Order: sequence, then structure tokens, then C-alpha cells
Amino acid sequence: MSALTFTLKAPLQQRVDVSPLTPDQLADKSVAEIAAITLVSGRQQLRVDQVFDISGDDANDIIFAQASRKLDYIGQKMNGGRITINGGAGSYLGLQMRKGEIVLNGDADAFAASGMAGGTLHINGSVGDFLAAALPGDRKGMKGGVVIITGNAGERAGDQMRRGIILIEGNVGAYCASRMLAGTIGVLGTVGDYLGYGMRRGTLLLTQEPKLHATLQDCGTHTLPFLSLMFKSFANFPSKFASLKQNRVQRYAGDIANDGKGEILVLK
Amino acid sequence: MIINGVTIDDTFAEAFGMRGTRVIITAQNLRWAYNAARAMTGFATSVIACGVEAGIERELSPEETPDGRPGVSILMFAMSSAVLIKQLETRMGQCVLTCPTAAAFSGIDEGYAEITKINLGKNLRFFGDGFQTSKLFNGKRYWRVPVMDGEFLTEESTGMIRSVGGGNFLILAESQPQALAACEAAIDAMSKVPNVIMPFPGGVVRSGSKVGSKYKALIASTNDAFCPTLKGITKTELSPEIESVMEIVIDGLTDPDIRVAMRVGIAAACELGAKNGIKRISAGNYGGKLGPYHFKLREIMA
Repeated sequence: MSALTFTLKAPLQQRVDVSPLTPDQLADKSVAEIAAITLVSGRQQLRVDQVFDISGDDANDIIFAQASRKLDYIGQKMNGGRITINGGAGSYLGLQMRKGEIVLNGDADAFAASGMAGGTLHINGSVGDFLAAALPGDRKGMKGGVVIITGNAGERAGDQMRRGIILIEGNVGAYCASRMLAGTIGVLGTVGDYLGYGMRRGTLLLTQEPKLHATLQDCGTHTLPFLSLMFKSFANFPSKFASLKQNRVQRYAGDIANDGKGEILVLK
Repeated sequence: MIINGVTIDDTFAEAFGMRGTRVIITAQNLRWAYNAARAMTGFATSVIACGVEAGIERELSPEETPDGRPGVSILMFAMSSAVLIKQLETRMGQCVLTCPTAAAFSGIDEGYAEITKINLGKNLRFFGDGFQTSKLFNGKRYWRVPVMDGEFLTEESTGMIRSVGGGNFLILAESQPQALAACEAAIDAMSKVPNVIMPFPGGVVRSGSKVGSKYKALIASTNDAFCPTLKGITKTELSPEIESVMEIVIDGLTDPDIRVAMRVGIAAACELGAKNGIKRISAGNYGGKLGPYHFKLREIMA
């Protein structure tokens, strides 16, 4: 069995919703059946084989080749298996994903990992705004799982995040961890203004001293034992975070305008 | 059966089913890990009045502990899950939560047929008065409770399994110092065996008991058949040359663990042999009617 591969036939003019193409939905389907699945693209309905060349047969290991940033909802509600995307991904990558693994070699647009509840999302590239954030109208963003990003993330990363771990090796835009409910976000690069705006609980781990707004309060420098456990849990991740060791941090708590039980830890 | 001049009685130790758990306690250094562990396993010699039987199983190197600090593992046994759960919680709260730099982690996660999750730090978190936070790593939930020395870190739960308590053997010697020396040798050897503890002071008990008493209020009383000073006035089990008897009681996670510990302990005592005054090895039982586990001495030493 070789990986079930969807190769984009031609550059897309219009966005395409590829949410039907997940391992659990394609399991037990023949190539002909897969080719006949309809994908929504704006006002149009397209057959899969109108958009992609299909090869391979292992639905548990799906590859999107020459993928473009017009492919939305990749891995939506995915419940197992593995999706590899070479090229780029549109918005809502891994939306409400529950299990399995997505690897993106390229950049993604907004709302990646939104509502994600489990599994791992590994992006070798950068993402747009609202990473792991709640969809408009939702009360919670990411609810579990692990997101690793080697590049940068846009604004509002982790907005209303509830649980899980996000590790960003690059820089993050403004309002990082805004209205965060719980969980862990690590950033090795710089963070924009108003990080932790309205943050209720959760941990934001930084390596560089950030610019803080008035309702984040300094709690001093500490050696926190839980960091050893956390770094140990990172040790197997394919990420620069795997090599973090020292657990001495400056601890800022907040946002005291909104309960104030969150923390921003800056490695010393 | 005679080993190095020591007679091994044709009898058996009678043991009972218990509920057991393991907790890993770490601290900044071994001194403070031991301080917490000793407090937590203090006053835990016998379920008769202590609720649980507990002891330190072994020392753990930093590589073996979840948080990379030195630690010790402790085992705790009770006659029912309700008592074990209650005792674990109160002892955690008074002995580990209170001990500077100490942290507690689950010691049983896998490897046994039936593992019941029980609270380790789950309710201690409320000591944090709303400032407590939880973290979930690799599917395990931990609690961080702000305390005056920094943060108390504890895993939310640990595993409880069906285990065995009350494995035992008696060392009969020509004098008290010789009996004690044999017990010390046995305990030194047995403390290297994993999955067992010897809950009595220093691992040794001198007040072996029989069921019942002439006093109605007491359910157990001194085992006069093995009391050397009563040789002439009671139905004794002792021959004239025996002047002192001591018992080693063993609780273990499984039946085979106790067998290994008994074998190692009896062998160590026998090594001193008849020339050092060790005359007999026996065991305590209730005629086989009460406990489902029978550890036959001659079978174990065969």
C-alpha cells in the first residue's frame, strides 16, 4: 500500500473545501468512489478528480501534493491517521481535529487548529491569524492536542484556547493568548502587543522579555518544578522546544482585569 | 528441612488480600525526599490501629523520577479501598504537602491486570484557594498549588491494585541479641527486593499476636505459645533452648513478590546459622482458615 496522494491538477482560482478528504472518511472507499466525492468551491460543486490527480490507496496516510493556500478545511474533524501537505494550506487547517497527525510543509492561513481536541498538528512554516482560536460565536478555541509551528504565527494566536499545547518557534503577532482559558503556549521568538489580553488562566512561555500592558503583574523570579515535567514532555517533539532545560523564570500573572489566574513565564 | 543448622518448620505463613498503592516522592535532595516519605509512612505498622501499613520501598535516582529530582518510592496497603483512599489523602496532605520542596507522583500506571485510579493530589489542590492551576502532560494531570516555599507539585491520581499483606516468618534464637542480629541481616537483604515493604519498626515485630484474648474488649493478644518466658506455664511452641523470637511481616504488591522477599530474608537469617544461635524458622498462621494466601516455608526454600 502506498500513500493516497492528491496532486493538484492546476492552480486554483477559487477556494475549495476539502474537508471530506480525511483518513476516517475515505477508509474502505475505492479510488473510483473517492474520485466521485463532491467538493464545494464557492458556488460550484466539483468532483475530486476534477481538482486532483489521485494515486495510491492507503487512506490512512493521505498526501496533498503541490497543495495551495486555497485548500480550506484540510483534516477537519479528523479522527485518526495521517495527512501530509506539501505546498501550503488554506484556512481552518485541522479544524476540530480529534486524533491523528497532520504535517504541513508550507504555510497556512487563518484559524489553523481552531477547535482542535486532540492529535498533533505540525507546521513546517508559518500560520495566519487566529491560530487555535475560537470561531466567531464559539466560546472555546483549541481544546486539546499539540501544535508545533516552526515559523511565525499571526495575531490572536490561542484566543479563547481551553487546553492543549502550542509551540511556536518563530514570532507571534499582537493579542497572543487573548482571552485564554487554559493550556500552554510557548514562543521562542518575539510576541506582539497586548499579549495575554483578557487572559483568565493558562501558561504563556516566552524566551524574550515582552512588552506588557498594565493589567499583567510581575510576580518575581522563580524556579518552578512543573517546568521540568513540561520540558520532559516536550523532549520527543520534533521541535527546538525539545532542548529546553532550565526552569528559572520571571513570572507575570494576569490579566487581572479578567480573573488574573493566567501566567506569562519568561525564561531567564 | 535444615539449612546451615537452622530447622525450617513444616508450616506456612497465612496472608490476606489487601489494596496497595505506590507513590513516588521527590524533593530537592534525598534528605528532604526521605523527610516527606518517613512522615508519610510513619505510624503505619499495622492495619489494626494505624489504618494502613506503609513503608519506603527504595531510593530513586534522578533519572528514574518524573521530575528529574532525587526521590523515594513508598508502598501503602490497607484492608479496603475506602481506607486506603482516605489514608492516602490525609497522609499526602499532612506529610507531603507540608514538606519543603517535596512533590508526589503516581507509582503505578501499568503492568498490572486491574488498576484503579485513586486520588493523589486531586483534593489537595483546594488548599490553593483558587490560585491552584493544573497542567496536562502526556495524558497525565498535575496540580500546582502555591505554597510558601514556592509551588507544591503533585500528580492528580495514582494507581491502586489488589495486593497481598501479612506474609511473615519467625526467627527463633538462643538469645535476644542473636535473634535481633538475624533479623537485621534478613531486613538488609529484603530491603533490596522490589514491590515489598516490611512495615514494622525497622522491619521487625516482637509482639506477634494470636486471635482473641481473655479480655472481652480485645480482639488480639500476645502469642503466648511463642513467648519464651512462659515456656513452663502455657502450651508452648518453643523448645528449651529458645530464648527469643522475632517476626518479620511482609506486604507486597503481588503473591510472587512476597515469596521472593521471604526466601531472601530466610536465607539471610540462615546464613548466620546454628553457630550464631539461630535455631528455627517458623511462620504465623491461623490454621489456614482466614487468609487465602498460604506461603509454605519449605516450598519457598526448596
